[in-house]
Amino acid sequence: MSEPPQPPPVGPPEAPIAIAAGDGRGEPATPTGAEPGRARSLWSDAWHDLRRNPVFVISALLICFLVLISIWPSLIATESPLRCQLSRSLEGASAGHWFGFDTQGCDVYTRTVYGARASIAVGVCATLGVALVGTVIGGLAGFFGGFWDALLSRVTDMFFGIPLILGAIVFLSMIKLSGIWPVVLVIAALSWPQIARIARGAVITAKQNDYVQAARALGASHARILLRHILPNAIAPVIVMATIMLGTFIALEATLSYLGVGLRPPTVSWGVDISAASTGMQFRNAPHILLYPAAALSLTVLAFIMLGDAVRDALDPKLR
Amino acid sequence: MTEALLEVRDLVKHFPLTQGILFQRQVGAVQAVDGVSFTLAPGETLGVVGESGCGKSTVAKLVMSLEKPTAGEIFYKGEDITRLSGRALKAVRRNIQMVFQDPYTSLNPRMTVGDIIGEPYEIHPEAAPKGDRRRRVRELLDVVGLNPEYINRYPHQFSGGQRQRIGIARGLALNPEIIVADEPVSALDVSVQAQVVNLLDRLQNEFGLSYIVIAHDLSIVRHISDRIAVMYLGKIVETGTETQIYDHPTHPYTQALLSAVPVPDPEQSALRERIILTGDVPSPANPPSGCRFRTRCWKAQDLCARVEPPLTVPAPFPDPATGAHHPSACHFAEEKQHVSGA
Amino acid sequence: MLLEVQDLHVEFTSRDGLVNAVNGVSYAVDAGQTLAVLGESGSGKSVTAQAIMGILDSPPGRISKGKILFRGEDLLTMGREARRRIRGEKMAMIFQDALSSLNPVLPVGYQLGEMFRVHRGASRKESKAAAIELMERVRIPAARERVGDYPHQFSGGMRQRIMIAMALALEPDLIIADEPTTALDVTVQAQVMDLLSELQQEYRMGLILITHDLGVVADAADVIAVMYAGKIVEHAPVDALYKRPAHPYTKGLLESIPRLDRKGQDLYAIKGLPPNLARIPPGCSFHPRCPIARDRCAVDVPPLYEVAPDRSSACHYWKETIGD
Repeated sequence: MSEPPQPPPVGPPEAPIAIAAGDGRGEPATPTGAEPGRARSLWSDAWHDLRRNPVFVISALLICFLVLISIWPSLIATESPLRCQLSRSLEGASAGHWFGFDTQGCDVYTRTVYGARASIAVGVCATLGVALVGTVIGGLAGFFGGFWDALLSRVTDMFFGIPLILGAIVFLSMIKLSGIWPVVLVIAALSWPQIARIARGAVITAKQNDYVQAARALGASHARILLRHILPNAIAPVIVMATIMLGTFIALEATLSYLGVGLRPPTVSWGVDISAASTGMQFRNAPHILLYPAAALSLTVLAFIMLGDAVRDALDPKLR
Repeated sequence: MTEALLEVRDLVKHFPLTQGILFQRQVGAVQAVDGVSFTLAPGETLGVVGESGCGKSTVAKLVMSLEKPTAGEIFYKGEDITRLSGRALKAVRRNIQMVFQDPYTSLNPRMTVGDIIGEPYEIHPEAAPKGDRRRRVRELLDVVGLNPEYINRYPHQFSGGQRQRIGIARGLALNPEIIVADEPVSALDVSVQAQVVNLLDRLQNEFGLSYIVIAHDLSIVRHISDRIAVMYLGKIVETGTETQIYDHPTHPYTQALLSAVPVPDPEQSALRERIILTGDVPSPANPPSGCRFRTRCWKAQDLCARVEPPLTVPAPFPDPATGAHHPSACHFAEEKQHVSGA
Repeated sequence: MLLEVQDLHVEFTSRDGLVNAVNGVSYAVDAGQTLAVLGESGSGKSVTAQAIMGILDSPPGRISKGKILFRGEDLLTMGREARRRIRGEKMAMIFQDALSSLNPVLPVGYQLGEMFRVHRGASRKESKAAAIELMERVRIPAARERVGDYPHQFSGGMRQRIMIAMALALEPDLIIADEPTTALDVTVQAQVMDLLSELQQEYRMGLILITHDLGVVADAADVIAVMYAGKIVEHAPVDALYKRPAHPYTKGLLESIPRLDRKGQDLYAIKGLPPNLARIPPGCSFHPRCPIARDRCAVDVPPLYEVAPDRSSACHYWKETIGD
């Protein structure tokens, strides 16, 4: 006749989380809760919270906008980013050219808009790759445990040990390919251990729940247990981490491009533009050529990190 | 006794303690279960009692084939299920189901109640035709006293007692013969415990179930059990019918355990004899030699450290008509009445 | 009177709106007396204790009304510093989970000695000696050798003894024990409860024992306050309450305990569930689950009727309940 040990209650203590309802035998319970009959999953609860969170709303709107213009930049930029007039090099803002012109005489506004595509593409693709590889490796290590865990965890540790920027510079200067794919590949190859560690931990936590034991006791297959019971309960921290990483990957792409090993002209990206703006200290005379791509970059990174934070708050079971 | 539905023979489970990172070596073992035998007849309830660390939950996991035993056999209808795997094991699982202690972790929070109770049919499609499953789930909800309209809700919308009912419905879905219940009510509010105990009782009569109930609450175990096994540090120290154990205990540990249970009646509490044990349960990684209880026993002598007492009917109680005539693993078994308040 | 709680109200703000955790609780404890506060989860028994100790999480918690008098002085209106001094020296609390209540990175002897260093200005040496003495007093074997051990090196029962030692350190007048033995095994539970009762008698302390276990209460308490949905529904000396409960909730709890003479029959079960504190039923909060509820119960909030000089019940029909 005892309850399992519980730490002293925090938050509204002892309040039954369930809706008030009858429970007697032969007395079908009638819900008297605020919204009877409405099925609410944890995800819909999280969504319910998110919609009311201004941080989420602002960052989500911003991200939607960024995604939209990276798919159809022509929506808001009428000119081509590669049609430049050297004669207007470093010219300031003017009507129709609000952000002015860069060293090459290209319209900074157009280039900033078009730069979103490369940055977002690198961020999204690298994140997808990282999430996939990390979840699979971390998940399998956590699920099977024992030897496989030891092996996969050591491999993860080895990759974890490679310094990200240094590793990226070394690899990228070796492969002489242009376009976004080498950058995506290198970022993904060097960053998956973070996700793998998180996924492994989350899977181990989920694995200990009794409902996993219950499924095993029913004779469920490994695949069913993993996909039906463990993955849906372990994916939340991975999503949060991936969202935050997406922001940092965009910043990383810019860093690599700035260092000259990432994207290279004629690819249009914020990193390329920042790099160009800082060569020869051009921005001292014309700060706008650095300011606009840098601001776009910071805003984008911030938006993803804020989104990740908001999602984490909504999914954190401790707050439920 | 009729023929046993389930028979457990010399069951041993040692969890290795290992060291090392990639290549691990064993440095010892936690002897969670060390030579446990019992039988379960059709329609019978066996209560397994003991304190934390005595191995009672490990016994449950072994019976459920959730853990592989280090040694020993578990016969279900004459077939040793510890050697089964794959399809054959899956077939046996249909007949042995489990109810868990914690209603908050035993239901997948991402699944609706209908999906949780219906999952057994997805894993064993032969148990119910596809079109019939939804109806059966509603029926099961009704059987355990929940409104069938709740089929699309999620577990967190229910209270602890209601969740436990959902867990019981899932256990019943495949019409099992045996249900292993590991502390089925200990996580529930006092006023709800009785509801769930009554439900388990009613289901047993309705479906002819056999139960193995694992609990530390001696009064509830007494209420629902026909026979009882008392465990201490991985071994059964005393076993018998409910009356034999509660009214005629002969093992000192059983006596101490019974006398330690607080009695919800101040008058009766004052009447009975209280035995307060000293010290704590030793670590199962390093159990005492001989009788495992000797370090806390007031009767312990040199013999107890040298010779492990067997679980047999003690010599002083040869008359099968007396309550003390039941297996008890003590060299100095002695009947003691009036220790139990339960 | 050592401690008097008068008409205490505590509310919490949550996602579901305002949660009324405590709705007008009054009780009193004298020196050398044990008051058991009995209730299920959600009854407000622990929140009341936290309010007395001044360790309520606020926000989201808030004491909206009431007085807590310690030797006649209201703790709620007193200055922060004065309150802090009373909390350490005059009243102490024992928690359910000793492992999370002790700091895992400090030796237990250091944590025990800290009480003397902070409140009494004792030196390191003095405080260590005092810690050993305390550990001996709660009967921890080989106290001198174990004073430098860390919490995780002790068993559950031993850790709970250390918690008791820590609460006793400054010889307080009042101890609040919140489910002190719930996490322990029965044989260890008996040891710890015996120790607690013995020390209480020795020091003539007031003890508030918060529990959901009817058995523990019967052995240890002098007076019982039964709580339901943030209110006291019955208040009585222990023998009287067990013999003739005067509230249907108490009666239901007692009857739902398995008894020998009812083996093979259904257990008596109180129907329904404890209420959601954000939506406490109107009238008597127990009426949806009560076997003798009438129309009046859904409307009129029952006051605490005096049943006998030293006991009371919050049921309109207490005479009927106590009668049979």
